[in-house]
Amino acid sequence: MANGTAVLADKSFYEEGTTKAKSGIAAWIFSTDHKRIGLLYLFAIVTFFIVGVIIAELIRLELIAPGETIVDAETYNRLFTLHGVIMIFLFIIPGIPAIFGNFFLPIQIGAKDVAFPRLNLLSWWLYMTGAALALTSLFLPGGPADTGWTFYIPYSVRTGTNVTIALFAAFILGFSSILTGLNFVTTVHRLRAPGMTWFKMPLNIWALYATAWIQVIATPIIGITLLLIIVERTFGVGIFDPTLGGDPVLYQHLFWIYSHPAVYVMILPAMGVVSEIIATFSRRTVFGYKMVAFSSLTIAFVGYLVWAHHMFTSGLSETAAVLFSLLTFVVAIPSAIKVFNWIATMYKGSIDPRTPFKWVMVFIFLFSIGGLTGLVLGSLATDVHLHDTYFVVAHFHFVMFGGAGTIFIAAMHYWFPKMFGRMYNEKIADLGVYMFLVSFLTLYFPMFLLGYNGQPRRYFDYLPQFQTLHVISTIGAWMMLITLTLIIWNLINALRKGEKAPANPWGGVTLEWQTSSPPPLENFEEIPEITGEAYDFSKLKGTEYGLK
Amino acid sequence: MVSNNSSHTTHRHRDDVGAKLGMWLFLFTELLLFGGMFLAYAVYRMKYPQQFHLSAMEMNTTIGTINTIILLTSSLTMVLSIAAIQKKNKFLSIIFLVSTLILGVLFLINKYFEWGHEISKGIYPGSEVLLSKDNGEILYFGLYYAMTGLHGLHVIIGMIVLLFMLVFIINDNIKWDDYVKLENSGLYWHLVDIIWIFLFPLFYLIQ
Repeated sequence: MANGTAVLADKSFYEEGTTKAKSGIAAWIFSTDHKRIGLLYLFAIVTFFIVGVIIAELIRLELIAPGETIVDAETYNRLFTLHGVIMIFLFIIPGIPAIFGNFFLPIQIGAKDVAFPRLNLLSWWLYMTGAALALTSLFLPGGPADTGWTFYIPYSVRTGTNVTIALFAAFILGFSSILTGLNFVTTVHRLRAPGMTWFKMPLNIWALYATAWIQVIATPIIGITLLLIIVERTFGVGIFDPTLGGDPVLYQHLFWIYSHPAVYVMILPAMGVVSEIIATFSRRTVFGYKMVAFSSLTIAFVGYLVWAHHMFTSGLSETAAVLFSLLTFVVAIPSAIKVFNWIATMYKGSIDPRTPFKWVMVFIFLFSIGGLTGLVLGSLATDVHLHDTYFVVAHFHFVMFGGAGTIFIAAMHYWFPKMFGRMYNEKIADLGVYMFLVSFLTLYFPMFLLGYNGQPRRYFDYLPQFQTLHVISTIGAWMMLITLTLIIWNLINALRKGEKAPANPWGGVTLEWQTSSPPPLENFEEIPEITGEAYDFSKLKGTEYGLK
Repeated sequence: MVSNNSSHTTHRHRDDVGAKLGMWLFLFTELLLFGGMFLAYAVYRMKYPQQFHLSAMEMNTTIGTINTIILLTSSLTMVLSIAAIQKKNKFLSIIFLVSTLILGVLFLINKYFEWGHEISKGIYPGSEVLLSKDNGEILYFGLYYAMTGLHGLHVIIGMIVLLFMLVFIINDNIKWDDYVKLENSGLYWHLVDIIWIFLFPLFYLIQ
């Protein structure tokens, strides 16, 4: 990799490593440098994302017409299970925290690395081991799991497919997630630069901190639950299987006690990135900084108490259902605090609508639709009608892909110059934003209508009257494929022949913009002393980004 | 808060408070890991109180009690090993750490005989004897094997960690002014002990 602009440091972390090997793959896969580990994750995660997208394209192609089109029903079950497992466990859960968290958390708090660099490397190795196991399960006799990513009992105990390996893979991925979480919590507590008090931290750090807590608190529950199914499958121990007296609903509880907080592991870091991007491109401190910070913690806390809203039709008691519905509505409050404060930040700001900012606008639009339809599903009466229909599929793709996925791309465009020391073609990148919005809506909006009209999710076949909407959605999937190809091609192109990026291309004021692009091995020539607020744009006065 | 990360070599910095914070967070995740099983136990005990009572009668309280005493004593020797290293007494520290390891082995031997006894009675997962029993009893023994099994696995992991610590003490990697590794391993060992303190009454005493 070429040298950065070296405004502050002579050598970037690309030229100076922590390993004995100076170059080659060993200098990467054994490096304890948080930036290299972040890039290792980037490479792996984007690869899995592409695999997940290809599987999704196959699913959409199968659904272009009723009946068998390209795959049979059994294969279809495996495809959507794989799509879910890959996108959730390999892409969106580790996505932002593992890549951008690893790369920028230490830099944004003015540290040289995370608290436990070697543990950090171990997390990556565990992630790769889990991923390798998940891929192995595809090719071993028995074939890939066909249970859906939720592994519901009793089917997951009965099916002859390679569920055990898939479960063990998820267990290892969970372990990796826990170690990253405890590393980040400790780093934020122990390694903030002199003067960086809690309320001078960038909001991205607050979001990552809250996320890390969820990872630490929620993940062990899924760990033990998955282990218990493995034990049940391998040794015939009676725990959840109803023929041995077990309770499948207990399994669902244990599963969602983790898996609902997990959706906040996916979305909270995205919200942190949004706060950064909006502040930078509005040249204005985030409105209600403390409330935005606290709302991250509130989401993490309340998000832990809403899991049973996935189980309204499982035979839950009415009292429990009402309570969980109420709590679900409560989560909307901190989320709304964030959205309104972002809007208020832009008000009277000096807005510079560059590519990352445009992505954030797309995020706010799509996430609002996703969030509001979440309330439709959170209310008991409507949920009974819409449970397990395409309405749910549309809802979670709006919040996950339209929310976390969009911000994953936004973060990529925001921090790309810092990570690689290169600029990308902004015109093509902007085109990518517009195309994304159009293809996203074509792809997913019809699913709301399908679900509302009664198309169940996970079905390989459907009634003829649903075909028009399915065809529109499939065309949207092709458009999305073209869009993603364009975006990725544009960034790869920038890596090869993009212009050299300055240290601060956007006019940001958080610490990562005060070091060179790409940063030196220990991030800063000198550990910075923090005196002002995180988003004090008066610093920019008299510079090329100067305020009017 | 001011970071005490003032050393200039990134990967050699030492932060004992941070190391312990990380360890406590890890122990917290371990508690939650077992928490899922305790939850399952509570739910099924509520659902099948009669069968749980019957099954618990079959447990050998004597072996359970002996194992409790063994583990509690091993926690004591663990603490003494740390105290010895703080007082610069390397030899005594090694003696106590080895005692902890021996007690761990004794625990596992006892466990082996206990499981062996149940298995010889034909009570093991998937066995005909067990499957002919009521659902509540199948669940009781399912949980018994899963929970004590996972606990046993933790004892083994703990002993492997302690073996490493033994080597570290011997070649002075752990010293009187740098013993956070030993302390953290001790914390892990106490966690294993504490889990047992809850398993013991749940399976052996509440009848």
